[in-house]
Amino acid sequence: MTSTFLPDKRTGPDVARTSPAAKPARGRARRRLLNWLTAVGFQVPALVLFIGLVILPMLFALYAAFFRWGGFGMPSDYTGTDNFTRLFQDDVFLGDLWRCGVLIVLSLALQLPFALAMAVALNQRLRGRAVYRMLFFAPYVLSEAITGVLFSMIFAPDDGLADHVLGSIGLGGIGGEWFADPSYVMATLFLVMTWKYFGFHMMLYLAGLQSVPAELTEAALIDGAGPWQRFRNVTLPLLAPTLRISVFLSVIGSIQLFDLVWVITQGGPDHHSETMAVTMFQYGFKRYQVGYASAISVVMFGICLVFALAYQRFVLRRDLEGATTTMRGDGK
Amino acid sequence: MGDRALSRRGFLAASAAAGLGMTALSACGGDSDGGSSDGTTTIEWWNISTTQPTKSVWAGLAKKFEAQHPKVKIKIVQLENDAYKSKMTALTASGKLPDIFHTWGGGVLQQQVDAGLVEDLTDRTEPWADGLLSVAKQPYLLDKKTYGIPFDIGMIGFWYNKALFKQAGITTPPTTWSGFLDTVRKLKAKNITPIALAGKEKWPAMYYWAYLAMRTAGIDALQKADENKDFSDPGLVQAGQHLKDLVKLQPFQKGFLGASYSTPTGQAATMGNGKAAMELMGQWAPVVEADAGKGLGSNLGFFPFPAVDGGKGAITEVFGGGGGHALRKGAPQAAVDFLKFFASEATDLELVKKTGVLPVVPAAESALSDPNTKAVQAQLKGATGFQLYLDQAYAPAVGQEVNDSVTALIAGSKSPEQVTQSITKTAKEA
Repeated sequence: MTSTFLPDKRTGPDVARTSPAAKPARGRARRRLLNWLTAVGFQVPALVLFIGLVILPMLFALYAAFFRWGGFGMPSDYTGTDNFTRLFQDDVFLGDLWRCGVLIVLSLALQLPFALAMAVALNQRLRGRAVYRMLFFAPYVLSEAITGVLFSMIFAPDDGLADHVLGSIGLGGIGGEWFADPSYVMATLFLVMTWKYFGFHMMLYLAGLQSVPAELTEAALIDGAGPWQRFRNVTLPLLAPTLRISVFLSVIGSIQLFDLVWVITQGGPDHHSETMAVTMFQYGFKRYQVGYASAISVVMFGICLVFALAYQRFVLRRDLEGATTTMRGDGK
Repeated sequence: MGDRALSRRGFLAASAAAGLGMTALSACGGDSDGGSSDGTTTIEWWNISTTQPTKSVWAGLAKKFEAQHPKVKIKIVQLENDAYKSKMTALTASGKLPDIFHTWGGGVLQQQVDAGLVEDLTDRTEPWADGLLSVAKQPYLLDKKTYGIPFDIGMIGFWYNKALFKQAGITTPPTTWSGFLDTVRKLKAKNITPIALAGKEKWPAMYYWAYLAMRTAGIDALQKADENKDFSDPGLVQAGQHLKDLVKLQPFQKGFLGASYSTPTGQAATMGNGKAAMELMGQWAPVVEADAGKGLGSNLGFFPFPAVDGGKGAITEVFGGGGGHALRKGAPQAAVDFLKFFASEATDLELVKKTGVLPVVPAAESALSDPNTKAVQAQLKGATGFQLYLDQAYAPAVGQEVNDSVTALIAGSKSPEQVTQSITKTAKEA
């Protein structure tokens, strides 16, 4: 692109000599117009789809959030910020926020370290490690709905596989009502989420570990660093970009969690496993209070947006530098 | 938690798009104007009979009608239950409904009537509709006008395991709530799980509160509460207290709060496999019990929901609902003829025999053979009052809130007063 804007040293003198200077200039202008038209031509179809199917509905949801609207016709009953004030007085929604926080903390404190440990273990020379990698990654490939059905059967009280296994190894006392118990439903759900998603994060870390140069670890070894020191001071810092991305995906995933919960518990028992997306679905598609549901979606979107922007600005900035096109003046 | 970000965002957008979609869909409303130059009238018939054998039986009936009326063509449009509901929502918004369409009556039909989209059938069907089972017509009777003709009717009641009752020394099913609580105690004493309940799905829990409310406060109170958006009637609070008395006995199966209705570990299977003594469910219960579990065969019995001492309602008042057909405003006479044909004794006999519905034409009773179905039919025939399923009678938000609050009561997180307060609050917001 730069060449278009730089003076062409070879044609420069020619332009001065050939009397009507217009010809090459017109050629350049035409080329620029052509370039521009090509760009537009390629972008229009995607842009139309993106605006029509993503941007407009989003704007419409934002608009609908200020109405009491049942989904029939166009919204007309303007209620100002009522939906939002109601939202933040709703125990279920406040509970959603709390549970979302709990899930994020649990994921970051347990699931990701577990995935990291598995990745480090499987990065060693190990018999059949390809098989292990595949096995641990397999749950991620399953659809959420299938996972949900599977685990509601496994954790069925008394009759489920979990209770049978625990009973047969003499730990029957641990088994209980699993998803049916308000105090344990989140723990059980987190167990399923870990089973489903740790393999994905493990794969990310494995890929990251592959790019840690062996010479560095070797050098540390020669300098007398123990295994923990090598991991802490060599591997981990070099893995940091991967970790940061994995944390980002994990947090966004927690905020938007829907299908697993919907299939397994529908948010129950008594709202104890409800997430923001589940509440939104309940109001939008079961109660037909679409305005209120839109308000929930707007808040969810807001949380995701603020988090994503802040995270990119403060945490990912270093990783993204160079990876994306910047509009820096020097163009180098 | 994986890279679900993209698809989740897609989901969010889709939810928002649903709003736009509805508006867009309205543009493609049916072009259901029949009539062509050669004098044939084409009638569109929208129904939800997508499963066999009903699907082919209904298609056969349409053929039969066409044979009797050479100038009429029937175009059947079949949609699965949920798809039908959303499509109808869009069509209602667009202001044009199909000639003949499936309806459950109650709140949704009322909405369509209020929008001026439904034909008043009171006079046009009077001569022949009089003979139909009176409870079956209730859901479509709005402001004393007939807006639909039933083809199916059913009700909720207790299904019980005779063998388990015998084991606990119970000879006759209870007829009062205190007697019912005694029954539960006797079963518990023998280590039998008294009741199977699908707590995850909430609507089966709502049945208990609804019936108790009918028995204590009465049907009128339930209707008045909805009209006035005020559910604080002391009788309705009392209903919650009676339910709480039952919950205190811990009558439900282990893990009932997480149980579904028709899955292999759900309510119907628990009942069908003989692991619980009772369930409060509709006339379809025996079929689902045998499908999800083993089924109880002749060990299965039916008894109506008990009366509450000192309450306003009688044991003969039923809670239920069914299926019917309504016509769009200005539908051709052929559509009325079809409704008449569909509610004739010959058709109903075929429907009862082949598709397992309960008869709406009293004479079609002869096609019933199963003693339990006969018991349900007898209860329906002798009904002195009728209340439509609350989630169909009320606006969707109110219906859902009833389900939600009653489940919370059973889970122990809401008091009977809080249940009525929550429902009132939702009714006022909706």
